Amino acid sequence: MQISGAQMVIEALIAEGVDTVFGYPGGAIMNVYDEIYKQDKFQHILTRHEQAAVHAAEGYSKASGKVGVSMITSGPGFTNAVTGLADAYMDSIPLVVISGQVPMSLIGTDAFQEIDAVGISRSCTKHNYLVTDAKDLPRILKEAFYIARTGRPGPVHVDIPKDVTAQVAEFDYDVELDLETYKPHVKGNPRQIKKAMEAIANAKRPLFYLGGGIINSNAAYEVRDLVHTTGIPAVETFMARGTLSYDDDLLIGMLGMHGSYAANMAMSETDLVIALGARFDDRVTGKLSEFAKNAAVIHVDIDPASISKLVNANYPIVGDVKNVVNEMLKLTSMVNSDNYEQWRETIENFAELHPLTFHEDTENIKPQWVVKRVGELLGDDANISTDVGQHQMWAAQFYPFTRPRQFVSSGGLGTMGFGFPAAMGVKAAVPEKTSINFTGDGSILMNCQELMTAVEKKLPVINIILNNNFLGMVRQWQTLFYDKRHSETDLSVQPDFVKLAEAFGGIGYRVTTKEEFDAALKEAVKKNIVAFIDVKVERFENVMPMVPSGGSLFNMMLLEKKESK
Amino acid sequence: MTDNTERRVVSVIVVNEASVLSRITDLFSGRGYNITSLTVAPIPESKYSRLTIVTSGSVRVIEQITKQLHKLIPVLRVYEHADLVEKEMALVKFPITENISDISAICNAYNGKIVNVGNDVIITMVADEPKRVDHYLQAIKKYNPKEIVRSGAVALER
Ligand SMILES: Cc1ncc(C[n+]2csc(CCOP(=O)(O)OP(=O)(O)O)c2C)c(N)n1
Repeated sequence: MQISGAQMVIEALIAEGVDTVFGYPGGAIMNVYDEIYKQDKFQHILTRHEQAAVHAAEGYSKASGKVGVSMITSGPGFTNAVTGLADAYMDSIPLVVISGQVPMSLIGTDAFQEIDAVGISRSCTKHNYLVTDAKDLPRILKEAFYIARTGRPGPVHVDIPKDVTAQVAEFDYDVELDLETYKPHVKGNPRQIKKAMEAIANAKRPLFYLGGGIINSNAAYEVRDLVHTTGIPAVETFMARGTLSYDDDLLIGMLGMHGSYAANMAMSETDLVIALGARFDDRVTGKLSEFAKNAAVIHVDIDPASISKLVNANYPIVGDVKNVVNEMLKLTSMVNSDNYEQWRETIENFAELHPLTFHEDTENIKPQWVVKRVGELLGDDANISTDVGQHQMWAAQFYPFTRPRQFVSSGGLGTMGFGFPAAMGVKAAVPEKTSINFTGDGSILMNCQELMTAVEKKLPVINIILNNNFLGMVRQWQTLFYDKRHSETDLSVQPDFVKLAEAFGGIGYRVTTKEEFDAALKEAVKKNIVAFIDVKVERFENVMPMVPSGGSLFNMMLLEKKESK
Repeated sequence: MTDNTERRVVSVIVVNEASVLSRITDLFSGRGYNITSLTVAPIPESKYSRLTIVTSGSVRVIEQITKQLHKLIPVLRVYEHADLVEKEMALVKFPITENISDISAICNAYNGKIVNVGNDVIITMVADEPKRVDHYLQAIKKYNPKEIVRSGAVALER
């Protein structure tokens, strides 16, 4: 079949089963947009900024498990999208991002809207392509989808010059992929797996350290089985929230900088870390030399470069977590769950000593209360996204997650402005669930133009602004480590968030009491249009407990005991 | 970390395709690894090229370098050499007025010879282990070399 490069893009997306594309047109990609106009196989969602198009594709991918797709034009369109690419790269989110490029004859001439896009995206994508001939397009697009979703997933960028989208060539998408240099190692070594199970059987205080790779490989339910049959307690990373349900007896909580005391103490006292799809991020480990100091380490990861990068693995297992856990499940008869009874008690004592909690306040709404309240009112019926800052940590600490893919947040890059567009992507992927975005008064302004997209495309995201009139997380560090010099973090001057939402045709609520909050949330859910709920919360609340940057996990700053007034 | 820094030679076999070299050098610069020398040439009658990279770092860093290189999609194989034959080349230009027989004798000792004689200058070539090339360049200093050019290393496992 002889078709144009632009038509090939459409045919490839259809062949890949893509149902939603997020994008923003421009001169260099117009041929492709012309073909989008003519088809009805997938919907195109026009965001109002290219960064948002990529974040929306990320949210879509995280919630659905499918490859997210976005489409942008050359030059400024592409550079706007770079933050999204970097974000997806850091969090291993499978995306295919297609950008237009100036015609081949103009490449290298500093033409209008020319930028070396593949040069820029090289360091923040899993792989990228500049397509120089339409006859390569079917292979390249097929490879792009394959590379994005296999191995350690990640974003793949395909840059297509305008004349290549116009060029006519043969299209056959049934090409066999011939990627002899790319062969992800998905099956764990059986001998290593057996050795790891022996180590588990012999350990006294083993601990599961569950990472985001579990969610990426759809292994959460297998991991639940493994945790329950072995009776071994588990801690989750921020990225792994929802792997175990919040009410699981064996879930100790989140570990790391803002993890619970019990989770961090368990990690400090364990004699065997069983790391599944986790990469020992510095926000998780704290001071490396003190991290799980007396423990041997089993490390299961699809990415060989993640293993022993930071912490030496005694039992390295390269493979897809789902495969490896399934193999481990066959060997659980080696393990006697009764042996860890005392260890489970020790951990319970940690949890009782310093439970994860906060002090209620009679005058102000506490941000943690808001998160808990949303959990009580919506629970499993909501998918949760967040922006970046204190509100993000409170969401991770206090929301009662019941399932994988319920929580979508920017972990590795920590991108303010991620939440709202990502929540739109989540809504597009899972329309039957309420899509909540916990955000801050700082973060929401970074992509608030997406109100327009949400109104137009009927993506009723409820943005709950935990409004502390501060860049709260930075303010917290200034309070604690810079002697309260709150340099450039005071956000006392603010837009009217209610009017802002209304200006775009959404709905806005200003909330100063708990009753008002309940009423606003219920109404927003019922009205089913994009909403801002601007909640005035206690300004100086800190995220606690906290491991100061570079400190040891067992040396936490804890919530101060409440002063009696 | 107090790991010792060591000199290492890494060979990488890659698919010959646009921008593959920048993928490799970007990886080094982006992750703060060091490149001492880099030699690239196509492998005859194949679609591959071979890169020889001389780098340095702790055992852990070298392990990361090889793993990260291997993650690049066009990379077929990465060898971190332990037992290898390694050669480097140097071309040196001397004024014709220097003691040519001395220079020639020294070159001989380092697997080299005079490869060009002009009106005003002679050019010598040596090809030897990098350490020995160092020694050679030391030894010829007193003959007032006018220009020195040194290649990157090439290496093969023994
Ligand atoms: C794009 C971007 N710029 C800067 C930062 C640094 N940063 C991290 S948290 C934070 C404050 C966020 O404030 P806000 O959105 O109001 O949330 P809060 O912490 O108050 O909950 C800043 C500025 C960032 N993460 N991302």
